Amino acid sequence: MSTLDASTRPRLGAGFRLQWEPAQSCHVLLYPEGMVKLNGSAGEIMVRCDGERSIEAIVGELETAFNASGLAPEVLSFVEIAGKQRWLTWE
Amino acid sequence: MSAVNDSLKARPGPPLWLLAELTYRCPLHCVFCYNPIDFANQTDELSTDDWLRVLREGRELGAVQCGLSGGEPLLRDDLEVIVAEARRLGYYTNLLTSGVGLTAERARALKASGLDHVQLSFQDSTREMNDFLSHTKTFELKNRVAQIIKDQGWPMVMNVVLHRLNIDHIDRIIGMAAEFGAEYLELANTQYYSWAFHNRDALLPTHAQLQHAEAVADSWRARLGDRMRIFFVAPDYHEGKAKKCVNGWGSMFLTVTPDGTALPCHTAKMLPGLAFPNVREHSVREIWFESEGFNRYRGTGWMKEPCSSCEHREEDLGGCRCQAYLIAHDPTVADPVCVKSPHHGLVVEAVERAQSGTAAMTEHPLVFRDPKNSRRLSSQPS
Repeated sequence: MSTLDASTRPRLGAGFRLQWEPAQSCHVLLYPEGMVKLNGSAGEIMVRCDGERSIEAIVGELETAFNASGLAPEVLSFVEIAGKQRWLTWE
Repeated sequence: MSAVNDSLKARPGPPLWLLAELTYRCPLHCVFCYNPIDFANQTDELSTDDWLRVLREGRELGAVQCGLSGGEPLLRDDLEVIVAEARRLGYYTNLLTSGVGLTAERARALKASGLDHVQLSFQDSTREMNDFLSHTKTFELKNRVAQIIKDQGWPMVMNVVLHRLNIDHIDRIIGMAAEFGAEYLELANTQYYSWAFHNRDALLPTHAQLQHAEAVADSWRARLGDRMRIFFVAPDYHEGKAKKCVNGWGSMFLTVTPDGTALPCHTAKMLPGLAFPNVREHSVREIWFESEGFNRYRGTGWMKEPCSSCEHREEDLGGCRCQAYLIAHDPTVADPVCVKSPHHGLVVEAVERAQSGTAAMTEHPLVFRDPKNSRRLSSQPS
């Protein structure tokens, strides 16, 4: 995995599955014998990490969707943490 | 006071983890097995349709992790049908297997059905462990199965149950798991229930053995970094600390045994004076929320001293009810592994017997989990 920048296209790590759980009202990340409950913003970022969209594109979408600006640092730092946990991976 | 708080508490959360014990049939005879001693008398297995209904009802309540276990689940020839329905419903599906019977063809069929992950356990009788350690038959089998798992792109968890007779080989065990390409390795110290409890004197390790094993695991962790995650499941007999069993009775874990009995933990069926419902007669919703079996030890309201006033009562929830029953013959007392338990002396005594090497190995040879021993032991008055 190379260093993260705005052009990185993160995708879900091998063996992980992301889905919406109505019973818990949140996105969860499932993996062997475990589950992570994602908070709202983590869920919104993760569902866009499909290996197609760049971080720049994801930030753009989120800023539009939530009528916000300056989200890039938050997104980058989440993706970095998620990469360390192997939730996300990239080339 | 705590009873009042309990009854006012909101409904319990969903049974996030559904463990489907599909069969007690098993090609192995592990001396530490947690299946009930009388498993051989329980030959009536749920049908495919029963299992599919249990999966649907569990998922409706919010279950997300589905473990398919046994016995050896590969012995069910409808395993692919069960996996496919579980996957379709949105479960993360885990196959817990010894690998015996996992051919490349079966693996492809399971992958096509949507199986998410395989936990490969190292079968272990002493003879088999010796085979394994000396790179003979068992090693070849595991190596082949590990490759089959890798070929399907499944993340692989390896599980080795540790005890007095294999714990000193831990360096080799970890080395081989790394060689096989496991992503996760669970080094699970034996939990003393059922067959393991029966064989406890022969299986309890010494303090020195445990310290050595932990040090070796730590050095491998440092060497391997993120490549393989190593979990060392703590031995509660030696630590003097009760564990929050299945993360709290009836809080997230639901086991269904081969005959359809629903349990809050793998071994709860042994507890006297408590009836557990069967999925043939009750919906999973009724079982989870309404049944006496699931409500009896939920929360802290059932506790006696020293638990009821203990500062740790929310952390460990009094420990394990089965352990209280097995050691103190009373499922309503504190888990005797806790230093505050009035019965803790019985645990200390067992560990001391292991320490002094006077464990009754010569007087009581290991009893293997097989149908013959099961029938013999379950016909004896307990």
